[in-house]
Amino acid sequence: MTVPVTWQDVAALLPEFFLVVWASALLLLDVFWIREKRTTAWLSALGFVVALVLAVGQMGRAPLLAFRGMVIADAFSVFLVALFALSGLVGILLAQDYLARNGIERGEFYVLLMFSVVGMMLMARVADLVMIFLALELFSLPLYVMTGFARPRADSEEAALKYFLLGAFASGFMAFGIALVYGATSTTSLPHMVDVIQAGEADLALLTAGAALVLTGLGFKIATVPFHMWTPDVYHGAPSPVSGFMAATAKMAGFAALLRLFVLVFPVVADLTPVLWALAALSMVLGNVAAIAQRNIKRLLAYSSIAHAGYMLSAAVAFADPHLGPQAVAAILFYLVAYVLATFGAWGVVILLERRIGQEGLLLEDYAGLSRQYPGLAAAMAVFMLSFIGVPPTLGFFGKFYLFRVVLDAGFVGLALIGVLTSLVSAYYYLRVVMLMYMKPGEPIVRREPRVQATVLAAAALTLFLGLTAASSLYAWATEAILRFG
Amino acid sequence: MSGILEFVTHPLNAVTFFPLVGVVAILLLAREKETLIRWVALGTSLITFVISLGVLGLFNPQDPGLQLVYDRPWFTVAGWTIRYVMGVDGLSILLLLLTTLLTPIAILSTWTAIQERVKEFMIFFLLLEIGMVGVFLALDLFLFYIFWEFTLVPMYFLIGMWGGPRRMYAAIKFFLYTMAGSILMLLAIVWLGLHYGTFSVPDILAQGPVMGPVQYWLFLAFAAAFAIKVPMWPLHSWLPDAHVEAPTAGSVILAGVLLKMGTYGFLRFNMSLFPDAAKYYAPWVALLAVIGIVYGAIVSFPQRDVKKLVAYSSVSHLGFVMLGLFAFTPQGIEGAILQMINHGISTGALFLIVGMIYERRHTRDLDAFGGLWKVMPVYAVLSLITALSSMGLPGLNGFVGEFNILLGALGSRVLGSYWFAGFAALGVILAAVYMLTMYQKVFLGPLDKEENKCLQDLNWREVVTLLPLIVLMFWIGLYPKPFFALMHPAVEHLLQAVLK
Repeated sequence: MTVPVTWQDVAALLPEFFLVVWASALLLLDVFWIREKRTTAWLSALGFVVALVLAVGQMGRAPLLAFRGMVIADAFSVFLVALFALSGLVGILLAQDYLARNGIERGEFYVLLMFSVVGMMLMARVADLVMIFLALELFSLPLYVMTGFARPRADSEEAALKYFLLGAFASGFMAFGIALVYGATSTTSLPHMVDVIQAGEADLALLTAGAALVLTGLGFKIATVPFHMWTPDVYHGAPSPVSGFMAATAKMAGFAALLRLFVLVFPVVADLTPVLWALAALSMVLGNVAAIAQRNIKRLLAYSSIAHAGYMLSAAVAFADPHLGPQAVAAILFYLVAYVLATFGAWGVVILLERRIGQEGLLLEDYAGLSRQYPGLAAAMAVFMLSFIGVPPTLGFFGKFYLFRVVLDAGFVGLALIGVLTSLVSAYYYLRVVMLMYMKPGEPIVRREPRVQATVLAAAALTLFLGLTAASSLYAWATEAILRFG
Repeated sequence: MSGILEFVTHPLNAVTFFPLVGVVAILLLAREKETLIRWVALGTSLITFVISLGVLGLFNPQDPGLQLVYDRPWFTVAGWTIRYVMGVDGLSILLLLLTTLLTPIAILSTWTAIQERVKEFMIFFLLLEIGMVGVFLALDLFLFYIFWEFTLVPMYFLIGMWGGPRRMYAAIKFFLYTMAGSILMLLAIVWLGLHYGTFSVPDILAQGPVMGPVQYWLFLAFAAAFAIKVPMWPLHSWLPDAHVEAPTAGSVILAGVLLKMGTYGFLRFNMSLFPDAAKYYAPWVALLAVIGIVYGAIVSFPQRDVKKLVAYSSVSHLGFVMLGLFAFTPQGIEGAILQMINHGISTGALFLIVGMIYERRHTRDLDAFGGLWKVMPVYAVLSLITALSSMGLPGLNGFVGEFNILLGALGSRVLGSYWFAGFAALGVILAAVYMLTMYQKVFLGPLDKEENKCLQDLNWREVVTLLPLIVLMFWIGLYPKPFFALMHPAVEHLLQAVLK
């Protein structure tokens, strides 16, 4: 049987289609035609701009199942696809000068980044279990390669290998979980699965086991405790722009699939609520406590990203509640925006201070005295740190406020308490960065790279002012980004 | 455009956000133009003070309710309309004036003391003023929390960047301690929002208090934030560190205004939002307050660092304020509000005085001085007045506040015991002991230290810095009626609501 691809299918996935075609063409052009790697970078950045425009063009449309129910273009996925396109653009802006100055700039990097972003976009679009697996692999495989891009540096290669091995292991869990869920419901189509579960025809025990395994696989991608072990090593070993890109986007992709599955399809497996509760609590506690001991800024940000996964997951604990589910989704999307802005910004600063790849300029002490020579950069970093803590009026405060609202509304007072208390713990190590920049003398050496600097300052301005001026519209946008199947 | 115009021309928004004009102006100035930056900061804070006088002019003392209310929907989140509500009443008008008065005074005191990074200093100082004024005017819990928590950031930098040798430790301790309390309050605020569907304090009060045991938990969560800020014994340990390490202007604002944010929080939120819990816990709060009074006074006595001495005396004085508030009598609360102002004036002045000698001698050790009366007569006289005001000599401001508080605590039915007032009175005596000992060690006795013999007396700028505070000490001490008149209707109104 041949399956005709209609224009409607293409329209539903227009940004992804465009990016795949563009990336493939760029791969060939880069080999045969383009002399300057810089041109490849600019062309891929242009590709993301177009994808962003296409994604924005999809906004406000009715949800559309495409490719025989494999993917869906709903408000939720469009929200994330737009965010992914933007993140891809930022990823390239952060990477280009860094790769060039460290002598590891190759055209493949940008193409891999584009393919990875396509995979992440598809993670937000999934309407079929098979598609989840494909999207997961599509976004992960390029990340493994990008992690090892600083070849022949041993720590980069080690990180790549570690990430790949553990990632493959997690994919195994994922595949097994998908198989069990299929066994429980005898369908891979998510909309169909919802019907089967609602009709009470699903095997609940098998479904719960399958959902738990899927959670394991996704938990690895979003780096929650106890599936976080790889995070500090990989973020540390990978080239900094790759770490920043992963910290921001891989988490988004993981949450995209997790929310779609748990809020939309699996509310029936409410038995897993305590499991999610524990994952969230452990991530917040362990991520924040371990971050205190870090001397290296990349490892510090890695542990901090684990903690933030915990915060977001704490709202997802309310997934089984039909009223709170959509609110949890909105709160998490809002928080993701705040987190992604601060993460890209903070990693941008790391990139500017890293003198040679993986070597000098990565210790916290190297930030001493930054505020004297580079007041703008130091102020931006301080804004990111305060946003991570959740101090008003930064966007991070609004993000945490909405998260805790959902958590309290769902009645998880204990989890909310853990959340605020670990925020207090996190203030200690985030403020240490601020303290070094502002209160210790030092002679930091900073690169003059206008693209990275502009990205950092833009992220800081958005983090500082978006909360006070546009919290309402951003939240309204996130609220409209509801998950639907038709 | 008209929306923005309407926003900024409202007097309360104007007084809150005017310092932002100064911040922007200073940002645009080159960092080498230090004198100009100082003048811009001083000018901005003076204009803010003038605006606050305008607010006082518009304020009707007879009206017990909220006045000049500016209430607009701010943004909507999943069914919550978060409102931007500002307003002033008899409980907050004096604190507003205190804040806008102390800020220019503190800025003036930095004229020669702050030489490093003047630009950043002034920016943080003006940002701090925005936060403090906002705390006293915000009437929406969400908005209040934003201002409340925001004040931490500039103060953290002021202590950490311009403080003494242990400034980083003190700065982070200040931040973490205060944040520990406020995050519990944040959870309680979210809970209230879920319960009432609004954060606007007038709307919440109109719906009546939360019933049942939850009210008691909410009280405790709010109290955690405020008690740390006050600070109440035994949560005070951040205060001596912060005060000792902070630059003079930072100490002035810290003691003068930031601590009042805690007592004001009890008055504005804990008492009216959770009346049953407030009455239930009143004896316990009063007990901690009295322990604080006596403890602060006793610990002040042996201190050799003058700043530390004044810091511990703050613990004692703020204990009086808490005792007065939780007496739930008109005298008690009015005395407490007046004592908040008094403490701002007297302790602010004390820190200025310490700062002046520190700038000359670079030490605050009591043993390094003696006989200064002979070389610095003007300084000695002004210090004497301030010390006497701080210990509550009749005829000066401290007496009026403490006397009313003690009266209020004696007549309090909620506290139900004379012992609170009795032990608190002990604090008044102890205050005389440590204040006079300090004065004696610094100013009296022989002028036997070589370094002290050629000290310069105060210059005109320093006298101008202290003079408004000295005038207020006499004014409040001799004729406190206009001050009480401002707060009386509002306090009666509050008590009626709470005690019914």
